[in-house]
Amino acid sequence: MFGTSLLLALKEIRRHKMRSFLTTLGIIIGVASVVTMVSLGNGATQSVQDQVSSLGTNMLTIRPGQGFGRGGGSRPTLFDLDDVEAIRTQIAGIRVVAPQTSTQSTAIFEAQNWSTTVAGTTNEYFQASNLELADGRLFSDAELAAGKSVCIIGETVRANLFRNTDAIGKSLRLRDISCRIIGILAKRGQGGFGQNADDQVVMPLKTAMRRLNGNQDVQTIQVAVEQQFDSGAIDDEISSLLRERRHLRPGMEDDFSIFDSKQLSDTLSGTTETLTMFLGAVAAVSLVVGGIGIMNIMLVSVTERTREIGIRLAIGAVRREVLMQFLIEAITLSSIGGFIGLVVSFAATTVISFGVGLPFMFDFGIAALAFFFSALIGILFGYFPAKRAASLNPIEALRHE
Amino acid sequence: MTSLIKVRGLTKVFGAGPNQFKALRGVDFDVDSGDFIAVMGASGSGKSTMMNILGCLDVPTTGGYRFMGHAVERFTQDQRALLRRRYIGFVFQGFNLLARTSALENVELPLLYRGESRAARHRGGMAALERVGLAAWADHTPAELSGGQQQRVAIARALVTEPQVLLADEPTGNLDSERSVEIMELLTNLNQEGGLSIVMVTHEPDMAAYARTIVRFKDGVVLAVERREECIDVRH
Repeated sequence: MFGTSLLLALKEIRRHKMRSFLTTLGIIIGVASVVTMVSLGNGATQSVQDQVSSLGTNMLTIRPGQGFGRGGGSRPTLFDLDDVEAIRTQIAGIRVVAPQTSTQSTAIFEAQNWSTTVAGTTNEYFQASNLELADGRLFSDAELAAGKSVCIIGETVRANLFRNTDAIGKSLRLRDISCRIIGILAKRGQGGFGQNADDQVVMPLKTAMRRLNGNQDVQTIQVAVEQQFDSGAIDDEISSLLRERRHLRPGMEDDFSIFDSKQLSDTLSGTTETLTMFLGAVAAVSLVVGGIGIMNIMLVSVTERTREIGIRLAIGAVRREVLMQFLIEAITLSSIGGFIGLVVSFAATTVISFGVGLPFMFDFGIAALAFFFSALIGILFGYFPAKRAASLNPIEALRHE
Repeated sequence: MTSLIKVRGLTKVFGAGPNQFKALRGVDFDVDSGDFIAVMGASGSGKSTMMNILGCLDVPTTGGYRFMGHAVERFTQDQRALLRRRYIGFVFQGFNLLARTSALENVELPLLYRGESRAARHRGGMAALERVGLAAWADHTPAELSGGQQQRVAIARALVTEPQVLLADEPTGNLDSERSVEIMELLTNLNQEGGLSIVMVTHEPDMAAYARTIVRFKDGVVLAVERREECIDVRH
């Protein structure tokens, strides 16, 4: 009996190519759009997370004053090396602490000049910011201690000043000091926010303080937190330590701010996840629309098919055989449509991910969900009208207009 | 002649309450093996209802129906389907062929439901088409055939299972007179040469003239049964 029904089902699908095509098309569109949208959304989320973590995860950046930029009113007190030392020694769970000064200056090499940011810091800075060297070496202890005129330059600075020539060992001029290039940072690309790590000259903290800034101020302190520690708790500890050192009484506002990169990462991930959900919802609508398409074509063909069922019953088909045939037809069309939809979405996700430069994150869970949902619709709407028709008296089914 | 169908006190009521309609009000009806019966009557006289019950497409409200001695009124739906499949051939006014399906495949369909092999289906289907003179049209779909040809394909489909009785519900109703005569001659030939029992509903006296027996229905009862000694002989 199953063999007969299978044979009949396949014959009917072949005979009604347009009807079969339209049925599968609904499912193809539904499955392909949901799976592609969600997969691309996942890729976008992953991409944002990668970018944020490349800036250094679990990193606290401490700045004087409240908020970004310089607020009006009195200039906030800057930090000094004692603050850095206090944080380093009194707070547990810290991987590295990097004090930092920064100033704008024009870097000059022969006839080329390039306006850039000059950072004075220690080797910890590279660790905290996840910066790596493309060439050369980091500062030696002696250079840091003595405040030697050496520097490590970013890729943008190197490209603008040296083009294709080797920069290591050359000296560039910053204001009235000359400093020798000992390393070049690996290119990281625009991070999307904050300063561009490629466009900077890094020199030992002492050198910058003495020879560029002429003071002992530390402008920002970067703190990288150990993985297993909660950056939020350390944020609070540092905050109370600094309040004490800066003699802030309870009730007074902080005159410094601590920026937690983990918060940013969480916020951004949350945003893209919301976006993914939104895209998924839009795509789910297209799945539903696809489903309605399937419903329509099934219901439109039901008149024609009711007569067909009447004929089959009249010439001696048993109800079960007729239903089995319709069920097999519905399952076959739905699974073919679902499968094509998956192939299409896989191809589309690959092409678009590659084209836009997102990581390829095909979502197999959603793929399975969309497949079964559309198959379910196809089967329900292929089967139940047939079931209703088959429960008619064959005579009524034959008369059906 | 042995009795093929014996119907006693058959009633059929549609609907319930005030809208109740009594289509059959106690019908006695016999079909002997090899008979050719024309059932006549005005529309609403119950002849089509009778036909559907005879064909096991519908069930009587009360009364007894013996088909080859079996009490059909107690059969389940599936048993009735199996009875149709084995012993009863149907021809409808509207042909009721499957669209986009070749004449041969339409004719083979009952054999498919009987589980016959591909080769047996082909052999049986071609033989049946041969009997109605359409072997050359086996690959044509209903849309490519004339009305008379479609009805002949439908007759071939009814014949392919070698049924005990052929039930024809106004088989010439959709055809012009020339095609009607062709169909009637085919049916008469099947009855006289092949000994096939035929029950045909018609309201055209010209068509009824081919039958051996004419049963007249009126208001859900049998009004008269005429045995005809001189029916049209198509044997040449």
